[in-house]
Amino acid sequence: MKAGRRSFLKNAGLGALGLAASKAFPAGAEGAKAGGGPRWAMLIDTRKCLEEKECAKCAEACHEAHNVPTLPNPRHEVKWIWKENFREAFPDQEAEYFDEVLTSSKMLVFCNHCDKPPCTRVCPTQATWRRADGVVMMDWHRCIGCRYCVAACPYGSRSFNWIDPRPHLANVTPTYPTRTRGVVEKCTFCEERLPEHRSPACVEACEAKAMMFGDLADPTSEIREVLRTRFAVRRRPGLGTHPEIFYLV
Amino acid sequence: MYDGGKILAGIAIFLGLVLLPVWHNAVVASAPRPEVKTPTHEKHCVDSAAVMRASHMNVLDQWRDAVVREGVRTTVTPTGMTVSMSLTKTCMNCHANKKEFCDACHNYLAVSPTCWECHVEPKGSSS
Amino acid sequence: MLEKALVGNRSYWGWLALLAGIIAVGAFFYLRQFAVGLGITGLSRDVTWGFYIAQFTFLVGVAASAVMVVLPYYLHNYKAFGKMTILGEFLAIAAVIMCMLFIFVDMGQPTRVLNVILYPTPKSLMFWDMVSLSGYLVLNVLISHVTLDAERKGIAPPSWIKPIIILSIPWAISIHTVTAFLYSGLAARPFWMTAVLAPRFLASAFAAGPALLILMTLLIRRLTRFDPGREPLQRLAVIVTYAMTMNVFLILMELFTGLYSAIPEHVAHFKFLYVGLEGNTTLVPWMWTSVVLAVLALVLLLNPHTRGKEKTLIVACLAVFFSIWIDKGLGMVVTGFVPSPLGHVTSYWPTLPEVAISVGIYAVGALVITIFYHIALSVRGEIAH
Repeated sequence: MKAGRRSFLKNAGLGALGLAASKAFPAGAEGAKAGGGPRWAMLIDTRKCLEEKECAKCAEACHEAHNVPTLPNPRHEVKWIWKENFREAFPDQEAEYFDEVLTSSKMLVFCNHCDKPPCTRVCPTQATWRRADGVVMMDWHRCIGCRYCVAACPYGSRSFNWIDPRPHLANVTPTYPTRTRGVVEKCTFCEERLPEHRSPACVEACEAKAMMFGDLADPTSEIREVLRTRFAVRRRPGLGTHPEIFYLV
Repeated sequence: MYDGGKILAGIAIFLGLVLLPVWHNAVVASAPRPEVKTPTHEKHCVDSAAVMRASHMNVLDQWRDAVVREGVRTTVTPTGMTVSMSLTKTCMNCHANKKEFCDACHNYLAVSPTCWECHVEPKGSSS
Repeated sequence: MLEKALVGNRSYWGWLALLAGIIAVGAFFYLRQFAVGLGITGLSRDVTWGFYIAQFTFLVGVAASAVMVVLPYYLHNYKAFGKMTILGEFLAIAAVIMCMLFIFVDMGQPTRVLNVILYPTPKSLMFWDMVSLSGYLVLNVLISHVTLDAERKGIAPPSWIKPIIILSIPWAISIHTVTAFLYSGLAARPFWMTAVLAPRFLASAFAAGPALLILMTLLIRRLTRFDPGREPLQRLAVIVTYAMTMNVFLILMELFTGLYSAIPEHVAHFKFLYVGLEGNTTLVPWMWTSVVLAVLALVLLLNPHTRGKEKTLIVACLAVFFSIWIDKGLGMVVTGFVPSPLGHVTSYWPTLPEVAISVGIYAVGALVITIFYHIALSVRGEIAH
């Protein structure tokens, strides 16, 4: 199992291969073009995900691993990954008479790690930026808390720390920092786990195997294989942000 | 100079107040220099004691930028060790007691770094 | 010249003391916000900008509007504004200071605010906003100081200041254009993403700013020997009339495009403003008040008879000012967030600490204006001691 996970977490060593792949598939792997390294992406099989309606294991694992607090006041909510009504997650997809199992259900949403992220464009201090491997990163040391990125994100993926989050953590994971009040935070694709060749915490926690993490720059990767054969949608593609979270419907 | 006396008196009072800590230490014996306990099981830090004493904050700043912004997580120290550039995983693995190590000097110098507003101090360090 | 600020009668000092008290209350609440975080405001995950940023936006307009007295005087040699330009420039200085304070109190990590300069990021509009606002402040401080100093000495201002004054004219336009770009460049917020936002900001600014200037001029005419005469005020009233007409016209353009095209995500924002959305009607009474005030203002301003009479002109100016303040200072910013990109409707209303901090900042502006006007009028010998 560990070896299998490694297979889609190929390192920069396969850069040349990635570069060749990106030429063949320019639309999806624009990010990999520059450095030739991996281009991380996520795939969600919504049918598998919806089998367990009340399941929130991915969110629990993520929030535990990253010290995401549970705040008493819903206005101050901080969340990295959560479920949103289909209509709200996909406002451009009508699907009015489509299978109600899908349209009346909640979809898993989190940061899309866009290829052309509007949030990083507006940040006045480069406290958030897009890495060569596609991860949209946050530097919590530098963020001044202006919340311009929150206004710019078309997916509502960013949260702000309205108050000190520390007192609202049931368990603190000591290996990961908490945040201080006044900074913006969001999903980081578990960038702290990637160098250790580990999948993101949410993928690992999903018992239904509804989430797949992989490298779009590698044409032999599992995620590329699935995307070649099955139709996947992305959230609000018309905005030109090129989200890297794919949903199988 | 108009109102020369008043101005000089004003300057004298101002200096008197602003330099109060200096006068205080000149009269009363200054606070004792803090004693920091160094770990017993590990003899080598990531750099010499003199460098660490003077510029540990710069080391931490460099590490921070390397890890967060460049995605580089390990470094080879001047002492030849390969370490993870991490305050909690590397530094505080040896200097496990924040109160006795970090706070001792920081309190003496009246500086309050914000590191621990986010980074979690190792358990048991409060003992 | 600054020493003139230290000589004044009892009402001058009493007024300054009152403002200092209001500032102290604001500072007290700010210290609480500093300690607790922005959680003490009414803002939330969905509505992340509110009263502070809205006041900033409105006041950038007030600052830019100084150009409406500077431009006719220096470019068209319109002499009647000669006594007014300094008032416009001082108003601009006070407004820019308030803008900067409103941005500052909105920061989650105020101690890191210099990161904007430490890591300059030209692709962010906020960087350009910082550049244009601070540049405008420097320009106005320099211009008002040099021209007033020349007036005090009874000589003509040095010739090198003229190109700087001319530069301040496009610079004034730029500060409000850049402020509009902060909003109109965001694909995530259809309510703001309109090319007409910058022109609308400018039109509303050139109505609200000169309206405020007319009101303040009339006030200091009552309190001091300062009297610019009838002509400049009437000319300013004409400027207010044109600008307000343009502003209302542009708002109607927005409504047409948004509503006739009937794209749901555009319509939803206008619904929230004027009829309420999903039972949330927080802004509805305010927006209709703004509409009524705008109509009243236009009726009084477009009619030369009522515009010419001081009493009705005062009513018209108050109506213009508050109509635009509601539109920009309450409606414009918050509505961009309601509904959120995920379709959520979250109500927002400023809390007591938020209002107290804002009032404190307005008091800082009033203090700056009072002291600067006091200096200017003292230099001209128009203040009775």
